[in-house]
Amino acid sequence: MKLKTVLMATALAGAGFAAQAQEVTVMSWGGAYAKSQVEAYHKPFTAETGIKVNSVDADNPATPIKAQVEAGNVSIDVADVEFSDAVRLCDEGLLEPIDVGILPAAPDGTPATEDFIEGALQDCAVANIVWSTVVAYNSENVEGTPATIADFFDTETFPGKRGLRKSAKATLEMALMGDGVPAAEVYDMLETDEGVDRAFAKLDTIKGDIVWWEAGAQPPQLLADGEVVMSTAYNGRIFNAAVGENQPLEIVWDGQILDFDLFVVPKGAPNLEEAMQFIAFSTDTQRLADQASWISYGPARKSSGDLVGLYSDGKTEMAPHMPTAAKNLENALVNNFEFWVDMDAELNERFNAWLAQ
Amino acid sequence: MTDATANGKPQMLTTADGKPLKEALKRAQARARRKAFLLVLPLLAFILITFVTPIAQMLHQSVYNEGFVMHEDIGTRTRTPIMTNIKAWFDGNSAGTEPDEAAFAALHQDFLLLRELRAPGQVGTRVNYERGGSRSMFTKAARSAERMEPPYREAFLDVDEEWTDPELWRVMRDASSAYTFNFYLAALDRTKNVDGEIVSVDQNRQIYIKLFTRTLFLSVLITFLTFLLAYPIAHLLATLPLRYSNLLMIFVLLPFWTSLLVRTTSWMVLLQSQGVVNDALVGMGILGDENRLQMMYNQIGTVVAMTHILLPFMVLPLYSVMRPINPSYVRAARSLGATSWTAFRRIYFPQTVPGIGAGALLVFILAVGYYITPALVGGADGQLISNLIAFHMQNSLNWSLAAALAALLLAGILILYWLYDRLIGIDNLKLG
Repeated sequence: MKLKTVLMATALAGAGFAAQAQEVTVMSWGGAYAKSQVEAYHKPFTAETGIKVNSVDADNPATPIKAQVEAGNVSIDVADVEFSDAVRLCDEGLLEPIDVGILPAAPDGTPATEDFIEGALQDCAVANIVWSTVVAYNSENVEGTPATIADFFDTETFPGKRGLRKSAKATLEMALMGDGVPAAEVYDMLETDEGVDRAFAKLDTIKGDIVWWEAGAQPPQLLADGEVVMSTAYNGRIFNAAVGENQPLEIVWDGQILDFDLFVVPKGAPNLEEAMQFIAFSTDTQRLADQASWISYGPARKSSGDLVGLYSDGKTEMAPHMPTAAKNLENALVNNFEFWVDMDAELNERFNAWLAQ
Repeated sequence: MTDATANGKPQMLTTADGKPLKEALKRAQARARRKAFLLVLPLLAFILITFVTPIAQMLHQSVYNEGFVMHEDIGTRTRTPIMTNIKAWFDGNSAGTEPDEAAFAALHQDFLLLRELRAPGQVGTRVNYERGGSRSMFTKAARSAERMEPPYREAFLDVDEEWTDPELWRVMRDASSAYTFNFYLAALDRTKNVDGEIVSVDQNRQIYIKLFTRTLFLSVLITFLTFLLAYPIAHLLATLPLRYSNLLMIFVLLPFWTSLLVRTTSWMVLLQSQGVVNDALVGMGILGDENRLQMMYNQIGTVVAMTHILLPFMVLPLYSVMRPINPSYVRAARSLGATSWTAFRRIYFPQTVPGIGAGALLVFILAVGYYITPALVGGADGQLISNLIAFHMQNSLNWSLAAALAALLLAGILILYWLYDRLIGIDNLKLG
C-alpha cells in the first residue's frame, strides 16, 4: 500500500514535470513590439495550454535562422520575420511548411484562407501584422510641421539631423518618393540603374546629416534625446513612445512603406508541434485584435479589424493610428517582397559602398 | 678494460642489469616525453578543435561553394548532385559559347530536379552572389519547368528574357565548379567580365580595399595613441611606492574588468551631440548651441572609444617591463653627465622596448579585428572591415565572401607579424 502511494506520487510528480517541460521559444524584434506579443499571444497561450513561451530578441530574427539551421543546431521554434526574408528562407528550404489547415476560421465561419489579407499566407509563413516604415519627428525640436516625405530630405526648411535605418530596403524607396516619385512608380524606377542612381543622389544631399540606426527601439530614443529631429521608424514604436510614454513624437504618414511581419518555423525546430500550436493560437481573430491594443500595427486578418478598440491605456482609439487607416494610405507604398528577394544582396552591396565613401 | 681499448673498440657502457646505457636512456626519455605529451594532449586537442579546425573550415569555405552543384536535405542529410546536365554542357563547350538549344534542354532537365528537391532558391542565391537579380529568374523558371515544352530556348525566354544574357552564363559556368577564387576577387573589388578577364568593379561598388586600408590606418593610429597615453601611466605605476601604485593599478584594471558594451555605451552618453561633453561646452559658453561637435557616429567616436577600451592592453605589458628596471642605471647615466633627455633616450627607453613591442602587437591585432565598438559608435565612416564580415555572415548570408574577407585579414596580420619578427624580433617580446 505504502509503496503504491510512493509510486503514485512519483508518477504524478513526473507527469507534472513533463507538462512543465513543454515549451516553445519565440524570437522577435524586442522593445515595445515584443512586449505587445508577450501580452497578446504568449501569456494567453501559456494560460490556455500550459506551454511555457520563451521570448528572445534579435535586431532581425531572420538572420540567426540560416546560421542555426545550417549548423544543425536550432534553438528557435518560431521567428517573426519580414516578408522578403520569409520568402527567401522558404525558397532555400530553411523553413518548415505551415499547413493552412491548422489555422482557425473567423468567428463568422469564414475560412482562414479567405479571412487573411491577400499575401498574408505563404507556404512557410503566416502573417500576424501589417506594419510600416514611416517618417517621425520630435515636435519640440523641429521648426514647423513636416507634412510630406519630401520634407524629410529638406534640411534647409527643417534643419537638423536625420535618422535612417542602416539598410538599403525602405531607404531607397523613401529617397525616390522624397524626390517626387509617386508611390506606384517607385519599384519600376528602382529596377533601372538610373532609378538607383537617382535614389543615391537624393541620399547624397543629406548624407552628412544622417545618424544610422539598426534596432527598431533606437529611433524613438534618438528622437526623444534630440540626437535627431526626424527619423524613419517603425510606426508602432513611435506610437508607443508618443501615446504610451508621452513623448512629443509625431508621424508623417505620407510615403509610408507597408510590410507584413510573418511567423515562420525554422527546419529542425526542437518543439515543432508546440510551434504550430502557438502559431495557430496567436493568429486567430481575437489574438490579432488584442495585439493591436498594445501597439499600432494592423492585424493581418480582416475579421480582426472590427474588434480593434482602445489602446491598453483605456482611452486612446487605435483605429486612426493604424497604418492601414484610409487617411494614412493616401500616398503609401506596399513593400515589393519579390523585388527585395532578388535585389537585396546587390543593392545592399552598393549601399555599403556608398556608406563607406 | 685495457683489452677492449686495445681492440680499438670502445667498450659499451651498460646499466646494472646488462642493457646498453644508451638504449635505456633513450627509453626512459621516450617515456618522459610520452608523459609530457599526454599532459599537453588536452590543450592540443582543445586548440585543434576550437582554433585550427574553424580556421581551416573558413579557408575552405572561401574557395568552395557548392550551392550550384550539390543539394543537401536538411532533415535527412542526404546529398544529391544537381545541375549535372548543364555542367556536362559547360564541359563540352568552351567559355563564351552562345547557349544553344542543347544547353537550354539540359537546363530544363536540371530544373525538373530542382523543383522536386525544392532547391531553385539555393541555386539562384549562388548565382545572385555574382549577378544581382538572378534569384527570381531561377525560382520563376523552376515554377514553370513542368509546363515547359521544346523548343526550350524560347520557353526560358518566355519566362524571363534575360536568360540569354552572356553575363548570366559566365556566372553559371563559374558556379558549376564548387571550387572558385571568385569570392577572393569580390573581396578585392574585382570581378570577371563576360570574356572571363579580371576587371575592377564599378566605382560606386568599390568598398573592400578602402575598408582594409581604413582598418589598417585606424588600427595603427589607435596603437600609437594607446602608446602615448600608456607610457607615462605605466612609468608612474612602476616608480611609485607599491601601496600607491596598487591603488592606481585598480583604476587601470577596473575598466578592464567592466563589460565592453557598458564602456562603449558610456562613451556614447559622453560624446553624442546632446551628450555630457557637448552640454558642458555649450554650458560654459565655449560652443554655440548650433555648433555642437559631432564626436559620435563617425571615425572620431571609433578612435576615442577603441583607444580607451584597448588602453589596458598597452599599460600592462609596459608596466611589467618597467617595474624591474633598476633605477640606478639612469642615475649612473645622470652622474656621468647625461641630460635627463639623453638618459631617458639612451638608457631607460631601450630597456622598455620589449614591453612596447608586446603592447603594440596586442593592441594592433585586437584593433584590426574589432567589431562591436565600431558597429555601435562608428556610424557610416567609422566602420571597419570586420563590420562588413559580420554583415556578410549575418545579413547577406554570403558566407563564402565573408570567409574570403576574413582570410585576407588573417593573411595581412600574418604578413605584419612576419615583418615585426624580421625588424624587431619576436624574441624581444615581453608580455609580463
